[in-house]
Amino acid sequence: MNTEILGVVLQWVLLVVLCYPLGRYMAKVYKGERTWLDFMAPVERLIYRLCGIDPSQEMDWKKFLKALLTVNLFWFFWGMVLLVCQGWLPLNPDGNPGQTPDLAFNTCISFMVNCNLQHYSGETGLSYFTQLFVIMLFQFVTAACGMAAMAGIMKALAAKSTKTIGNFWVFLTKSVTRILMPLSLVVGILLVINGTPMSFDGKQTLTTLEGSEQVISQGPTAAIVPIKQLGTNGGGYFGTNSSHPLENPNAFTNILECWSILILPMSMVFAFGFYTRRRKLAAWIFTVMLFAFTTGVVVSVWQEMNGNPHIDEMGVAQDLGSMEGKEIRIGSGASAMWGMVTTVTSNGSVNSMHDSQTPLSGMLQMLNMQINCWFGGVGVGWMNYFAFLIIAVFISGLMVGRTPEFLGKKVEAREMKIATLVVLMHPFLILVGTGIAAAVAAANPEIGWLNNPSFHGLSEMLYEYTSSAANNGSGFEGLADNTPFWNISTGIALIMGRYFPIVGQVAIAGLLASKKFVPESAGTLKTDTGTFSLMTFAVIIIVAALSFFPALALGPIADYLTI
Amino acid sequence: MKNLWISLKITLAMCLLLSVGYVLVLRGAAAVAGPNDGEADVVAYGGRIVGAANVGQQFTDVRYFWGRPSAVDYNGGGSGGSNKATTNPDYLAEVEQRIETFLAAHPYLTREEVPSEMVTASGSGLDPDISPRGAQVQVQRVAEARGLDAATVRNIVDSLTRKPWLGLFGTPKVNVLRLNVALETLQPNVTE
Repeated sequence: MNTEILGVVLQWVLLVVLCYPLGRYMAKVYKGERTWLDFMAPVERLIYRLCGIDPSQEMDWKKFLKALLTVNLFWFFWGMVLLVCQGWLPLNPDGNPGQTPDLAFNTCISFMVNCNLQHYSGETGLSYFTQLFVIMLFQFVTAACGMAAMAGIMKALAAKSTKTIGNFWVFLTKSVTRILMPLSLVVGILLVINGTPMSFDGKQTLTTLEGSEQVISQGPTAAIVPIKQLGTNGGGYFGTNSSHPLENPNAFTNILECWSILILPMSMVFAFGFYTRRRKLAAWIFTVMLFAFTTGVVVSVWQEMNGNPHIDEMGVAQDLGSMEGKEIRIGSGASAMWGMVTTVTSNGSVNSMHDSQTPLSGMLQMLNMQINCWFGGVGVGWMNYFAFLIIAVFISGLMVGRTPEFLGKKVEAREMKIATLVVLMHPFLILVGTGIAAAVAAANPEIGWLNNPSFHGLSEMLYEYTSSAANNGSGFEGLADNTPFWNISTGIALIMGRYFPIVGQVAIAGLLASKKFVPESAGTLKTDTGTFSLMTFAVIIIVAALSFFPALALGPIADYLTI
Repeated sequence: MKNLWISLKITLAMCLLLSVGYVLVLRGAAAVAGPNDGEADVVAYGGRIVGAANVGQQFTDVRYFWGRPSAVDYNGGGSGGSNKATTNPDYLAEVEQRIETFLAAHPYLTREEVPSEMVTASGSGLDPDISPRGAQVQVQRVAEARGLDAATVRNIVDSLTRKPWLGLFGTPKVNVLRLNVALETLQPNVTE
């Protein structure tokens, strides 16, 4: 059998097999049960003491959100100051200058919201100091922030009736010390062994075999790559992210990095099941997500390995599939797999240029981000699915004439309003943004944003807003996006796309938690069944299809039909 | 206000734990277990460093094997793909041009024998590898330019062809720089 396909199958199997035990472990961490990483406890206690945190103090959902939003606001100023001033700060052997304020605004927002949209290139746009004290730091803490929100929701849903949903600072700290940092260390060490650089020296200058001069960018890459993947951040150390041969040196590291992207979002589904003791519900949610994800993988791998029909017409041998924008050591199959993995999660790192993938792959990547809950970002992906669950509960409740209940709590008008707003905000940001950009581009043909004409040009803009609103961060990188228009407009989409859903979802969970527990009866709509899962799937597809299909028809579908 | 104070302190604590602690552990691991003390691994020939093992470089001389087209001309200080869409007419014209150039340099090939990866640009612009097919089609040109037996050159290609990971997963590949260094080692001074 084809070794490229075997490689893809291996990645899939490693994910599905390992997410179950990891999910159980994560539930234990948030519950505060004993785990084999208890030797981290003194470090945590030291952090609590230094920061004046009382770990036993519980918060209600409003206090929880206040702490979450305050620390995010603080991170924004932290990042802005350091990025603008990086030219004067230490650890800058290549002498890279500070970022312009609009670029720093975009960079800072995009890392703060765990998105990592990059309008700069890592080799020239950052110093080692800002790589470590802004980019890498944010990659850890913002992922932990999403996980903390998820932990709060789990706690709210597990209790029969409660006012408090846990301590935000404790969840934040434990996410780092018990999950993100240990896993990153393991992945980082494996990368280092395989030749990913990890040093503080500047660029190497050398003379090539043919006698010309070549400059090689390097630096503390192996520290950033693991957390970029595990935290579903995606911001590459180098401009071309994991297609860069130093960032992703061989087939093994490619499998490892691709695994790191999806493992925590997958585990989170089971963590929810273990935490709330609703393993059957978790298993059904997992099944729906896995089905949607796998369908995308099959189609995209087939499309990429099949190659570009226009190149077939030229009469050359296209045995390796569509190789424009792809690397030999990775191959077209694993590139397609990665494209799906990185867009179902809010990761956004790439190992091939999505702009050059075939139209249907591009469409599936966009659709994954537009739906944004097939596993999704760490923590927040499951939470997006949760908003759809609430809507599905309500709709099916109306259809069969039962009181809409979820986990023993009545779903009422207030929760429904919030869930609907959360779900509709996403298409609003994407479509309005793309509409404005398309109008501007059409009125000013000389503006030079687009790298490709016609339908694909529209796709480039649609992808950029989709990626921003979904906090993904990948791009059809042909788009000339480091301009004030794009920096600021996508910056706004990023903020809205991150905080609006988090606030809404934590609020729903908090509201549900404080309600009276209604014991299950014959009149209860069961949510842990195949029928209800199918219903949720249908709700998601209908909402996504109705909102995004017209735009997709003008972009990638038209592109595909004219190929 | 209390939250803001905690925010500042926890950010500093995380800096200490992650940006310093975690980073130094990995730096130590690289010094012990990395191929070149944590710096990009390099290839030496004739007493000097001729390139980074994992970063592709430009080869245009007929006596060398060539790598894949690069959208950034193998600039290792940056990196980048073409980002051209599969349907872009300008891009397709460019590929057609590359096919003709490749055929002109290898007149013994038919069009159907040109591997598409040799006429399409890589994602990073720094792809260090070519496919085994991409190397084999160049063997005759390199052998003629160097006055070597084609079988000798083919043997070098075969010996440097890397199988997929564990022989099962991924793609086979040939590192262009190592291939050309092997040629030079066999036949020093040809290009001096």
